[in-house]
Amino acid sequence: MNNAWLTSLGLLPLLGALLVSVLPEKNILLIKRVAFGTTLVVAAVAIAMATRFQRDNVNLQFVETHQWIPSLGINYAVGVDGIALVLILLSVLLAPVVVLAGWNEATGGRWGVKTFYILMLVLETMMIGVFASTDVFLFYVFFEAMLIPVYFLIGGYGSGARSAAAVKFLLYSLFGGLLMLASIIALYVLSGDQGGHTFDINALSHLHMSSTTENMLFLGFFIAFAIKAPVWPFHTWLPDAAEAATPGTSVLLLGVLDKVGTFGMIRYCLTLFPHATKTFTPVILVLAVISIIYGAFLAIGQKDFKRLIAFTSISHFGFITMGIFAMTSQGQSGATLYMFNHGFSTAALFLVAGWMSSRRGSSKITDFGGLQRVTPVMAWVFFFAGMSSLALPGLSSFVSEFLVLVGTYTRYPVAAVIGAFGIVLAALYILIPVQRSLHGPVTEGNENLPDLNVREKVAIAPVVAVILFLGFYPSPLLQVINPGAAHSIAQAGFSDPISSIDKAGK
Amino acid sequence: MTSFIAPALSYSLLAPILIVLGGAVLGVIVEAFVSRAHRSTIQLSITLGTLVLSLAQVWRIRHASSLTAAMGSVAVDGPAILLQGSILIIAILGVFLIADHDHFTTLAASLPGSPEEREAQQSGVKLTEVYPLTLFAVAGMLLFPIATDLITLFVALEVLSLPLYLMAGLSRRRRLLSQEAALKYFLLGAFSSAFFLFGSAFLYGYSGTVSLAGIHDAVEASPGNQVFLLIGLAFLSVGLLFKVSAVPFHAWTPDVYQGAPTPVTAFMAAATKMAAFGAMLRIFYTSFANAYWDWRPLLTVIAIVTMLFGAVVAIAQRDVKRMLAYSSIAHAGFLITGVLALTKSGLDATIFYLFAYGIATIGAFGIVTLVRDSSGEVTDLNRWAGLGKRSPFIATVFATLLLAFAGIPLTSGFIGKFTIFSAAYEGGNKAVVVVGVLSSAIAAFFYIRVIVLMFFTDPVEDGTSVVIPSILTRATVIISFAITIFLGVLPTPLLNFIHSTATFIR
Repeated sequence: MNNAWLTSLGLLPLLGALLVSVLPEKNILLIKRVAFGTTLVVAAVAIAMATRFQRDNVNLQFVETHQWIPSLGINYAVGVDGIALVLILLSVLLAPVVVLAGWNEATGGRWGVKTFYILMLVLETMMIGVFASTDVFLFYVFFEAMLIPVYFLIGGYGSGARSAAAVKFLLYSLFGGLLMLASIIALYVLSGDQGGHTFDINALSHLHMSSTTENMLFLGFFIAFAIKAPVWPFHTWLPDAAEAATPGTSVLLLGVLDKVGTFGMIRYCLTLFPHATKTFTPVILVLAVISIIYGAFLAIGQKDFKRLIAFTSISHFGFITMGIFAMTSQGQSGATLYMFNHGFSTAALFLVAGWMSSRRGSSKITDFGGLQRVTPVMAWVFFFAGMSSLALPGLSSFVSEFLVLVGTYTRYPVAAVIGAFGIVLAALYILIPVQRSLHGPVTEGNENLPDLNVREKVAIAPVVAVILFLGFYPSPLLQVINPGAAHSIAQAGFSDPISSIDKAGK
Repeated sequence: MTSFIAPALSYSLLAPILIVLGGAVLGVIVEAFVSRAHRSTIQLSITLGTLVLSLAQVWRIRHASSLTAAMGSVAVDGPAILLQGSILIIAILGVFLIADHDHFTTLAASLPGSPEEREAQQSGVKLTEVYPLTLFAVAGMLLFPIATDLITLFVALEVLSLPLYLMAGLSRRRRLLSQEAALKYFLLGAFSSAFFLFGSAFLYGYSGTVSLAGIHDAVEASPGNQVFLLIGLAFLSVGLLFKVSAVPFHAWTPDVYQGAPTPVTAFMAAATKMAAFGAMLRIFYTSFANAYWDWRPLLTVIAIVTMLFGAVVAIAQRDVKRMLAYSSIAHAGFLITGVLALTKSGLDATIFYLFAYGIATIGAFGIVTLVRDSSGEVTDLNRWAGLGKRSPFIATVFATLLLAFAGIPLTSGFIGKFTIFSAAYEGGNKAVVVVGVLSSAIAAFFYIRVIVLMFFTDPVEDGTSVVIPSILTRATVIISFAITIFLGVLPTPLLNFIHSTATFIR
């Protein structure tokens, strides 16, 4: 059965990019409007698609398969389960926010405004593709090709040591990607030995392999995803990239692209290598807990807003990884919900931080002070975003963090308990900068900062609304996520511990 | 008294080679009898006409399969035709570049810096000997991969090498460097030819025959002295590995690539590799397949060392031609992994890789010919800074070709790497695959550094610019770009064609 929803959704931004490319270079306003319009249309189509998603169906939906390179058994195959759908929604909802919020981001870049929006829209296509592909080869193509627009977005439009940061980002990702490629080649050869070359994820999940092979292949995939996510000790590229990139790019980088790593762990590591997953779970949980604590500690010590947010994200990715490898359905649902929520709370933080630094001309925390009096709206939004990041009850992150911790506790109590300290540290890394920059007397240089304008308010409003709404009523998303999450746990051969606490959030 | 028996030649099957040789001879006659003023146009048309005609002949005999075309000294089979076709396509593109006379000295025999040279330059004459030389080299290259006895192989090797030695010395600028390169190439090439011949003698001593099929039978029957086989094989390999510039026989490559006129480098880098790998495939697949235990371990080591050495040393290069030279060494390593596989898929993959790499190489060097200042080509990488700003199109094409070398998805290089590594894995050489993937990661570093230079570094104001390319050069660059992308997105037709055609006959 072929169903053109996903393909059309993926092609729309590309069409927008084509349209932008024929517009006159001078007419910047038109370019921006077309780009923004495209992202809005994509978001609308994605929401329409989501309403047709059958929640209790654990199979892939909106499936479409065409032969691509038949001689190598490669198909163009797309389809989504609840987890992938949520991540696609995250990408397409953040895209218009990013375009609107960063209306003037492209000026001052190395190239024109036009190139910026072409890159952005191409990136959106890749983001949809990477979550939608169900053919491992196709996934890899998107996974690698996605790096190119991001690389140019960071290196061409960022600030500071932008080209060094872009190169670091690209090399880390390429290195991981190539390790994954070795694993993919092995899968391809194994599938050839066992009934015909294929890259279909379902067919590959039934491959027989020795446990050594499985462990090696698992590592190839996992390291690629751990670099992407990033999990300690593969994280060092992220703070540099986040600091150098424009706020909008950073939102997409941390909010969406890094999720490819955690998504890949669920979709590929768990499904393809269930035994190796079991073997490596303890090690990965240790890495996840280290990420939580290490990211939080380093966040506390940061002097720069953007780096601070990057380190908080490393801590949050620790939570997500922990939730995934807890191998319980709550952990898994929580991790997926966490990915979505983290996308929005990071978006809020980064966008406000971006506005603050573009007004002040600096993103150093110590350069700010008393913003509450000068720019009350901006200050409140920042405060709100911070609260969302530290998972204040009533905001969306709380639900997911709670689910992750509960899900982890039922199987790995020690990891959950240590991880929970991350929450305490989160209060520190958010409240200290909030206090320094927002409260107290207005410090020199901040007296005349303008508050948010209408465009910025419109851009941030939906983000705030989503965070609040999902904080009180997460079940629409959880209903989509739960069956997929339970399915992926079952597929990996795990079942929830019997003494599990009553399902939170259901 | 024995009567003389005229050799039975199948002119129809030998037509591609005979046409090229005929064209070359015609070129020599033109050189002798036509006035200087008209030579260059006539020579160019003869050369291109010859190559196109020859290509048409290759197409005509594409389904042929014969061992008796020339008394058993050549085999016309699938791989032969594929390689001949590829070599001719590369040669046509190469001649497009060679047609730009600005790269060649006016009087090759004059002493650098002598009044004679100055006079020749002022008279505005154009060097036209290069065309027949190219055709002779092409004829040798066409013969090399189809020869089935050691004597014919040696003759073909010499026919292809001697013109190249000369052509390497024809550069207009930095003539001493060019002549040094030619001499170096000649001396080392003569050495390697001697090794090749010496190896042939040992193999004759071992098997009592010079035909590859005879040697195959001898290896199977395994008579007498294995030492002769080993020595013969080793010496023969030295000759071949020299031509493909595998470590430790690579020392000539950077100097010759740098010193030779860039169009010649382009032609040589792409076409010689094809011819030499074609011969290597035939020799190892048809003669020594059964003795693989004798050569595979050593060749594995050579492949690994070549990949790593090429990739690592390329990082330190500051000259674009030298960088491409080391990159070609690394690619020779990748190609050897395909030879090592010793399977049908290894053969297919190597042929595909050769074609994809050849096309990308000729495009890349084609672009190098365009970046100039008032005194000629600029090959110092630092002066390529900011090329993306001055000529975005050329820089984008070059970046794409570099990404193809690096093996990024959606370029031909990726499909090539994927097929060749999966063939190597299938052949049981897992270590080679891992090293291959790692050296790809290392190689990615210096390709990306060039992209950084072109796009993310501010231009230096020193008069470096991209000249408006002639129609022919433009055609080369655009064709190579288009094929590189096409093979990355839709490789199926070529893969299928290779798969259905490429089978060695013995």
